[in-house]
Amino acid sequence: MTTKQAWRPWGVLAWFAGILFVLPVLWMVLTSLHSESDAATNPPSIAAKLTFQGYAEFFGATTGVSPWPPLLNSASASIGSTVLVLLLSVPAAYALSIKPVRKWSDVLFFFLSTKMLPVVAGILPIYLVAQYTGMLDNIWFLILLYTSMNLPIAVWLMRSFLAEVPKEMLEAAAIDGASLVTTLRKVVAPVAMPGIAATSLICFIFSWNELLFARVLTGVVAGTAPVFLTSFVTSQGLFLAKVCAAATVISLPVLVAGFTAQDKLVQGLSLGAVK
Amino acid sequence: MTTQALAAPRRMADWARRAPLLPALLFMIVVTQLPFVATLVISFLQWNALDPKSRGFAGLDNYATVIVDPDLRSSVLSTIVLTVSVVLVSLVLGLGLALLLDKKFRGRGAVRTMLIAPFLVVPVAAALLWKHVLFNPEYGLFNGVLTWIWGLFGGATPPQPDWISSMPKIAIEASLVWQWTPFMMLILLAGLQSRPMDAIEAAKMDGATGWQVFRYLTLPHLRQYLELGGLLGSIYIVQNFDAVFTITSGGLGTANLPYTIYQTFFQAHDYGQASAAGVVVVIASIIIATFALRVVSSLLRNEVQS
Repeated sequence: MTTKQAWRPWGVLAWFAGILFVLPVLWMVLTSLHSESDAATNPPSIAAKLTFQGYAEFFGATTGVSPWPPLLNSASASIGSTVLVLLLSVPAAYALSIKPVRKWSDVLFFFLSTKMLPVVAGILPIYLVAQYTGMLDNIWFLILLYTSMNLPIAVWLMRSFLAEVPKEMLEAAAIDGASLVTTLRKVVAPVAMPGIAATSLICFIFSWNELLFARVLTGVVAGTAPVFLTSFVTSQGLFLAKVCAAATVISLPVLVAGFTAQDKLVQGLSLGAVK
Repeated sequence: MTTQALAAPRRMADWARRAPLLPALLFMIVVTQLPFVATLVISFLQWNALDPKSRGFAGLDNYATVIVDPDLRSSVLSTIVLTVSVVLVSLVLGLGLALLLDKKFRGRGAVRTMLIAPFLVVPVAAALLWKHVLFNPEYGLFNGVLTWIWGLFGGATPPQPDWISSMPKIAIEASLVWQWTPFMMLILLAGLQSRPMDAIEAAKMDGATGWQVFRYLTLPHLRQYLELGGLLGSIYIVQNFDAVFTITSGGLGTANLPYTIYQTFFQAHDYGQASAAGVVVVIASIIIATFALRVVSSLLRNEVQS
């Protein structure tokens, strides 16, 4: 026990690095709890009185502009596209691993290559389509785009999970005459579930964070939280506490989801290469 | 049985296999490939939204404009500099942190959680945080800390640099490195933890030094994780829009390709030119992705062999 608690130089270094990296986040939260005038002092007033004024401002205390529509838009865009991604990617991954089509690896690389295609390269035609079909400022259009943004990642991720389904168990199920539904439920699902969790987490985070599409394609009706956040910066007056409160609230879902599912986060980010 | 009679059920079976794949494949082709084809077509047109009457075929004119356009040239360079520097610096820092976190010490889980935090801040929020709360010359945290330190030592006039104006590129890179280092750290840490420990123990028994173990066992094992981190990081950072848009609005020579195209499209309304620039971006990103990967992997291979 004593060795475990011994002072270790790398432990100190690691703690120092950890504090350095988390400091801006803590500072953001602290600033969000200060009054505007305490937030803008030099040197910083660390021990200033705490207040929820910044949060009240974020929720529209003086302007009367509610943050709920953009927050709900972000939630529907993120959840909607994640559901759609799962509906499309799980069967596709099945056809790339458990009962693979011919040349399945080519198909897989096609999916990844679409991720290399920069978003900006296609944004003009996408904008024009939205304009001509009256889908500008429509959350459904954003859901479709976020689905296309995350689908390649999800297919890679789900395939790498489904590839772990033991072949012998699939064969045994076939010999026993198990129906497709039974095989899926008893053999495939237990392996696929962690993959589905990792995929959902990653798709949710990427959609929640997205700015470029949302900025170009939405306006007053379907604007998302990141777009709303940029509107908090004003050219006059102090706005630090307000912006920090907004940034904290908007980052909260991602922070909570990411912290509670750290290993799922790693699996998802590495496209399933890390298990 | 004739071959024909056999071929029909086989074709059926083939299609049954393909069926689950088709919805996803069709969706991707329609939503990502068709717009790109359209971009390619528009890039050969003369098409300005403010002057709709003069729409017509432009041949290579847009490309000629785009290639000689100094703004676009400098944005190509900015994109490369931004991507390469952020990916390399965050890979190196991420590797250092992963090596630290691979050791046993008190509160390792807490440190890991603290290190992940930057990656979980919404990118626009992170950019706003760096711009207004940290970099602000009058009341930002950085200058505040400088004032505070100078105050401790009785210095009357602390330096108060205007970070974003005096070093715009570094300012953007710093905020991105802060967000992407945790990502690299997570991937490399997972790589470290999947090392074959018996080989390392054996090497240590044979008297290998820590450096030798790192260089001949750990680094070769990590190579694929470094490549993975580098590749995924490049894919995302080459397309970065949030940080450039928020921190400098593309000013002070920081405009990268995504920002420049965004601007051409929304301010100039020149669809033909914006599309040509988009095609150039695609070509550039393909070059960067393949080239960067090759450089990284060959550097490592030399390192391992020498």
